[in-house]
Amino acid sequence: MRIFKLMFKNALRHKLRTSLTILGIAIAVMAFGFLRTVVTAWYAGVEASAANRLVTRNAVSFIFPLPLAYRDKIARIPGVETVSYMNWFQGVYIDKNQFFARFAADVQTALEVYPEFIVPPDQLEAFTKERNACMVGADLAKQYNFKIGDVIPIEGDIYPGKWDFVVRAIYQPRDEKVDGTQMWFHWAYLDERMRQDMPGRAGEVGWYIIRISNPNDGARISEEVDQLFKNSRAETKTESERAFQEGFVQGTNLIIVLLNFMSFVIIGIIMLVLGNTMIMSARERTKEYAVLKTIGFSGSHLTKLIAGESMIISILGGALGLLLTYPIVGMFSLFVPKSWFPIFYIEPITIVLAGTSALVVGVIAALFPIQRAVRTSIVDGLRFVG
Amino acid sequence: MANSIIQVENVSKAYRRDTFDIPVLNNISLSVSEGDFLGLMGPSGSGKTTLLNLVAGIDRPSKGRVVVGGTDIGTLSETALAKWRATHVGFIFQFYNLIPVLTAYENVELPLLLTSLSKAERKKHVEFALQVVGLADRMYHYPKQLSGGQEQRVAIARAIATDPTLLVADEPTGDLDKQSAEEILTLLERLNKEFKKTIVMVTHDPRAAEKAHTVRHLDKGELK
Amino acid sequence: MKIPLKYTLRNFRSRRLTTAITITGITLVVFVFTAVLMLAAGVRKTLVATGSTENVIVARKSAQGEISSIILNETYNIVMSLPQVAKGSDGKPVASGDVVVVINLPKIGAEAGISNVTVRGVSQAAFQLRPQVRVVEGRMFNWGAREVVVGSSITRRFEGVQLGSTIKFGGDVWSVVGRTDAGGTGFDSEIWGDVSQLQDAFSRQGAFSTLTFRMTNPDQLDQIKRAFEEDNRLQQFEPKTEKAFFEEQSQFMAIFIEVLGIFITVFFSVGAIIGAMITMYAAVANRTVEIGTLRAIGFRRRSVLAAFMTESLLIALIGAAIGLFMASGLQFFTVSTMNWGSFSELEFSFTLTVEILTYAVVFAILMGITGGFLPAVRAARLNIVNALRSA
Repeated sequence: MRIFKLMFKNALRHKLRTSLTILGIAIAVMAFGFLRTVVTAWYAGVEASAANRLVTRNAVSFIFPLPLAYRDKIARIPGVETVSYMNWFQGVYIDKNQFFARFAADVQTALEVYPEFIVPPDQLEAFTKERNACMVGADLAKQYNFKIGDVIPIEGDIYPGKWDFVVRAIYQPRDEKVDGTQMWFHWAYLDERMRQDMPGRAGEVGWYIIRISNPNDGARISEEVDQLFKNSRAETKTESERAFQEGFVQGTNLIIVLLNFMSFVIIGIIMLVLGNTMIMSARERTKEYAVLKTIGFSGSHLTKLIAGESMIISILGGALGLLLTYPIVGMFSLFVPKSWFPIFYIEPITIVLAGTSALVVGVIAALFPIQRAVRTSIVDGLRFVG
Repeated sequence: MANSIIQVENVSKAYRRDTFDIPVLNNISLSVSEGDFLGLMGPSGSGKTTLLNLVAGIDRPSKGRVVVGGTDIGTLSETALAKWRATHVGFIFQFYNLIPVLTAYENVELPLLLTSLSKAERKKHVEFALQVVGLADRMYHYPKQLSGGQEQRVAIARAIATDPTLLVADEPTGDLDKQSAEEILTLLERLNKEFKKTIVMVTHDPRAAEKAHTVRHLDKGELK
Repeated sequence: MKIPLKYTLRNFRSRRLTTAITITGITLVVFVFTAVLMLAAGVRKTLVATGSTENVIVARKSAQGEISSIILNETYNIVMSLPQVAKGSDGKPVASGDVVVVINLPKIGAEAGISNVTVRGVSQAAFQLRPQVRVVEGRMFNWGAREVVVGSSITRRFEGVQLGSTIKFGGDVWSVVGRTDAGGTGFDSEIWGDVSQLQDAFSRQGAFSTLTFRMTNPDQLDQIKRAFEEDNRLQQFEPKTEKAFFEEQSQFMAIFIEVLGIFITVFFSVGAIIGAMITMYAAVANRTVEIGTLRAIGFRRRSVLAAFMTESLLIALIGAAIGLFMASGLQFFTVSTMNWGSFSELEFSFTLTVEILTYAVVFAILMGITGGFLPAVRAARLNIVNALRSA
């Protein structure tokens, strides 16, 4: 590229304007990266789901329980490896704003089904032995400074009463896609309390998680499970973990639409800022471009020259923006409790998307000035006055 | 008589302004022989710059043919014409039109970037051209660090860098003081004599016209 | 002396494209800013309008929403014995023990999937308590029958809930006999039936989710609260005005949208300010000679500053006007989303309020001032002689 030097010198001709443009693009790219990260966080549950897990819940809706008796019937279906179950416990810790996921789980089987929750063996043993013990995620432990032996008092709502759980284990999420902000305790303890206080609600299971040996059997096994309980008082709906998680996200589709729309607008804004700069620069250089043409530069030379200048600015802006995305996402996770967005990290695809948009915008922003520079006749160009 | 390098045959040119045409050149024929130094004179609005532009291939006639060095430049595509200009014509402007962000060296190098010359070869050409115009010591100055006469000399170096046969100058002394103008004219004369460049120069400065071998007058689009 | 506005306007015309681009940038920012605030206002308005200040709703203190609250019959009777509970002409309390559950229904549209819908079992007085809920098509459900009436926005958005169809839940089949209209409140997004039928179907005999009653006098909330604190059988429960209760349900969603929206608009506005700055700097650079001339004629620095500030403000205001105009068109759209407070879908519309309008205009003016100030200062500071010579 022999005209690279001129490209570069042109880009730096108006230092203030170029810096402002680079800054504008950087901020927009950063906002884009941030928004995509929020979308990623939204889909975290979906992304973390495994192909070999099915979820069986009450067909009416997630809030209705299923009988414990279903466990053995499901376990007999060929292809089912492990059946585990959980209840959404909810309750209030300190006040209603301290939100984190609290589950009553059949711990032994649940850990078989969710190998991504890594628990030290000695802690697991202590947790298993004590009936009102609980396990918390490492991120949650950090947020509330929970230590082994601490008691977490919770006021029940779905399961009324006062509950005290002793922290006996702290699990490590296997990777950044795994939620490290959950709390698990023994389902048997919940059931024991219910048997005393509300005998009508004993033996209630929130939902079953089924581990299957071959992911390709998912559809067949789901069908068989639902068939088993057809026309009973508690009909089931079985689906892949992914579909189950998507069901949750789908409800808040509006937010996703909103976020996506905003990402779109951001790209539009980058385009306007850069386009504006390029149009102004090209306009001011109308005469110069005519001179270059007189010297013998052709339309394609000018195209390269202008597009190159635009790309230099957009690449610099995009790179700066990507660099800034990390601290801004970091800042956001500092201010927002970890348990609101348990999974909050910048996906590689976000970087790729942001970078690509900046490049594409670099090209598009140059189109209009290029068209103008190429179309303007030399005679008109030489006569042009700012 | 030497070969004619430029043949303008029955050329007319009109510009469109809004809805009506303004005729500028009216059925003009002109022949310039190789090695000539032609001065085109005439009052402003007479069409002399337009004629110059047609000869230099930066504008196209409405009617008629312009043949330069055996090529009918009216038949060339925009890209081919650009390439033709790069190799065959050097253009000198009244206001020099140097690129302000480039040094004298880089400005002269510009047309050479369009050739297949290597960096070292380009350097040779640039240095030679700047030497011819007497600015070898100002190579790394930016246009705004040069005087008007010096800027015009850089512009001339740029015009001769690719060694074109034809030089075209539009009021090259129009914006210069008397002494600088004199220097520029002497330089053009030398290029004509020593380097055998054919020169077409538009001017309304009689002293400039004196240097030309042939002087033609244009008035209201007609050649006298 | 002031530089006439005409001068500014003429300049717009001569630099049409750049001015248009800058205006577009500000338009986009104002549009997004307004739209997001309108969305949050829409959620609030719908849920705030749902509740009345004359009604008190009682739920379990720890409950996050109606579905996780449980009130047993004994508690219901204790509350009904409070003197502040209004009595109807028949001598019975104007009160409804509600059972609130969430069921899944398929949404209309190909890729829409299923979503959560609130089913509310109500007692006879419910329609007296909430007069905004009226049956507008078909008929009212019969007490003691497995029949339901469906809110208008549910009818629009879900499949198989239209008049005459049947819905399967709670181990039984329920006939849709009527469509209700609740005047754009949250009740439009609910299905109503007889509470005793729902208790029976979901094996919840003797338990409600919440209970709502009319106060004999709207200023009795404090008395009622005291009564709840003093009676240890009621200490686990909390009375609130119905309005406050539903408003709280909108809090999380509305705040989430607002925070996200404001965070994003801050980024956006920086982009727009930079765009305006670039444009204004270019305007100053291109008119250096003009500015020199104006100053030479006798205009003061202050006038030059004012002229350029006016230009920048005008760009911002035009952008704001277009952005607001576009955003106001959103009022014709209703959207729905899952409301975390009730764990079910809620329909609402973009709502433009005077506050939002004011915020948007102030915001645009701020963008105009920030974007225009530095370039205007540069213009005002230009040295006359240098400016005139810069051609």
